[in-house]
Amino acid sequence: MDWTALWLSLQLAGWTVVILLPVAIMMGRLLAYRRFAGKGLVEALVMLPLVLPPTVFGFYLLVSFGANSPVGQFWQATFGQPLVFSFEGLVLASVIFNLPFAIQPAQRGFESVPVEVREAAACCGMSPARSLWAVELPLAWPGLLTAMVLTFAHTLGEFGIVLMVGGSIPGETKTIAIAIYDRVQGFDDSGAAIMSAVLVVISLVTITVTYWLSARVGRRLG
Amino acid sequence: MTLEVMARADGPIPLDLAFRVEPGELLALVGPSGSGKTTVLRTIAGLWQPAQARVTVQGKVWLDSATGVAMPAHRRRVGVVFQNYALFPHKTAAQNVACAIDHLEGGARRDEALRLLDLVNLQGLSARKPAELSGGQQQRVAVARALARRPDALLLDEPFSAVDRATREKLYAEIIALRAHLAMPVVLVTHDMTEAQLLADRMVVIDAGRMVATGATGSVMSDPKALHAMGIREAAAMVGAVVRGHDADGMTELQTPAGPLWLPRFDAAPDTRVRVRIMAHEVIVSRARPEGLSAQNILAVKVIDLRAGDGPAVMVRLALGQDIILARITRRAANQLALEPGDQVHAILKSMSVARDHIATDTHSPPRYEGDKTVS
Repeated sequence: MDWTALWLSLQLAGWTVVILLPVAIMMGRLLAYRRFAGKGLVEALVMLPLVLPPTVFGFYLLVSFGANSPVGQFWQATFGQPLVFSFEGLVLASVIFNLPFAIQPAQRGFESVPVEVREAAACCGMSPARSLWAVELPLAWPGLLTAMVLTFAHTLGEFGIVLMVGGSIPGETKTIAIAIYDRVQGFDDSGAAIMSAVLVVISLVTITVTYWLSARVGRRLG
Repeated sequence: MTLEVMARADGPIPLDLAFRVEPGELLALVGPSGSGKTTVLRTIAGLWQPAQARVTVQGKVWLDSATGVAMPAHRRRVGVVFQNYALFPHKTAAQNVACAIDHLEGGARRDEALRLLDLVNLQGLSARKPAELSGGQQQRVAVARALARRPDALLLDEPFSAVDRATREKLYAEIIALRAHLAMPVVLVTHDMTEAQLLADRMVVIDAGRMVATGATGSVMSDPKALHAMGIREAAAMVGAVVRGHDADGMTELQTPAGPLWLPRFDAAPDTRVRVRIMAHEVIVSRARPEGLSAQNILAVKVIDLRAGDGPAVMVRLALGQDIILARITRRAANQLALEPGDQVHAILKSMSVARDHIATDTHSPPRYEGDKTVS
C-alpha cells in the first residue's frame, strides 16, 4: 500500500475542490440565470473535457504549461520552478479537467431556484450578495454538493491527464491511480488490488453520504 | 407617499399608460390576461424596465428613463405579494417575514415578525415552513412579508388567484380589514372584476398595454366603453347595505336606503356593514310595481341616465339613495318604457342572482349612507 500516493491524491482532490467551489458558484449562477450571446459556446467549452480523451486533453495542457509556453514562462518567472511535472501543475490541470463536473451540477442547482423566489429576495430588500447567501445557496446546495463530490471522486481516479502533465514523481505527482498502474506493471497484483479496493471504498462512502444528504434536503423542502 | 407611474414601450411588451395612487388608496389594475398589467407592477418593483418609464414615490425617483435613473429592486421600498407568493421554502413563516425587516435587529426583529403574523391571523404557525401551510396561509405569510419592510408602496399581483373560492372570501375580508392599518398606496393586479370592485377605490383598465379607462370603481363599472376590454357582462354596481338578520328559511335581510334587500343566507352578524355586487344584466326595470312575482327584491329607484354602447343594449343608471345600481337592458325595452332621467321606477332583482363571493363585509370604507341602523 502506497500511503504517499494516496495522501497525494487526497491533497490533489482537496485542492481541486477548494479552488473549483467559487468558480462553480460564479459560473453555475451565470449560466443558470443569464442569457447572453455565445452562451452555447461557453457551455460547450465547459463540457469539452468530458468528451475529449484524457491523453488528448493532457497533451494540450502539457504543451500549454511547458517551459516554452507563456503560462509556463510566467510560472517559472514568478515562482522560480517549472509548472509541468509539479504538484501545482497537476492541481491546475485537475481544476481545468474538472470544470464540467463542478459547473454542470452547480448550474442545475441554481436553475432549481425559481425566478420569482430570487425576485422576492430582491423585493425583500436583499442585495445580490445577501440573496446569494440567504436564499440561493441554501436552495442550490444539493447541486453544489454534487459538484464537489463528483469533482473529488473524479480527481482521485484520474489517470491519463495526471500521467501526461505530472509524470510519476513520488510524493510530487505520483497519485494513487498512477501507483496502481505501476504495481500492475511490476506484477505486484496484490498491492494493486489493495489500493484499488481502498479507492473503491473511499468513492463509495463519498457518494453514499452525498445521496443521504440530498435526500434529507429533499425532505426538508418537501 | 403618492405613487406616480408612467410607462411607454412599443415592445417587447407594449405599454402606454400613466396613473397615480394616493396614500392609503387601493388602485386595481384590471385587464384580460396578457394585457400587460403584471408588467406594470414589475416596472414599479424594479423587476422590469420599459423603453420609457418614470416611477416616483412621494417625490423620490425610482425610475426615470429620461435621466437614466434606475434604482435596483432591492433599494426600492416596495412590498410585493407575488402571484404564487414566492415564499422562501427553506425558511419558516417567521423567518420569511423577518428577513424582509431591515430596520430592527435580533429579538426586536423576531418580535416584529410575530406581530405581523398576528396581524394576518397566523398566530401559532410561525415555526411552519411554507410547504406545511395551506394556500391561504401562504398568502397571509406573503402579505406579512410584503409589509415587513414598511414599504412606500404595496404591490399585489393576483394575490387571490391560487386559492379556492371559500378561502378567497375570507382573504378579501382580511385585506379589507388590514387596509385600516395601511398608509401607503396599494396597487392590486387582477383579472377578476368582482375582486376589483369589492376591494378597490379606483380602477385602471388596461387592454394590450394601453390604459382604456380610469376612475372611481363605480364610474368605471358603469361605463360601457370602459368595460369593453373586460367584457360588458362584468358590468355591475356596488351597493352598501347593513345586515338586519337571518330568517329560518335561509334568507338574509339587508337594509338599503330604498328598502329591504333579501339575499341567500350568508354568515354575518346583525349590523355588519357589507358591500353587495349587483350584476347589471340581472336587474329588471319596471314602471309599475309588479305583483305576483317570484323575485324577492323590488326596490324603488330613480333613473339617473341612460348610456348606450355599440350593441343592442343600454346601461341604465338608477339612484338608490346615494348608491347607484345598474340595469343593462335592451334598447327596445328602454324605448317601450320611454325611460327618461328623473323617472321613478322599480328595480327588480332575484335573490339568487347574487353570488356569495359578490358580498364583502365592509370594515374599511365610511358608511355609504346614514341609515337608522348604521353602526359606527
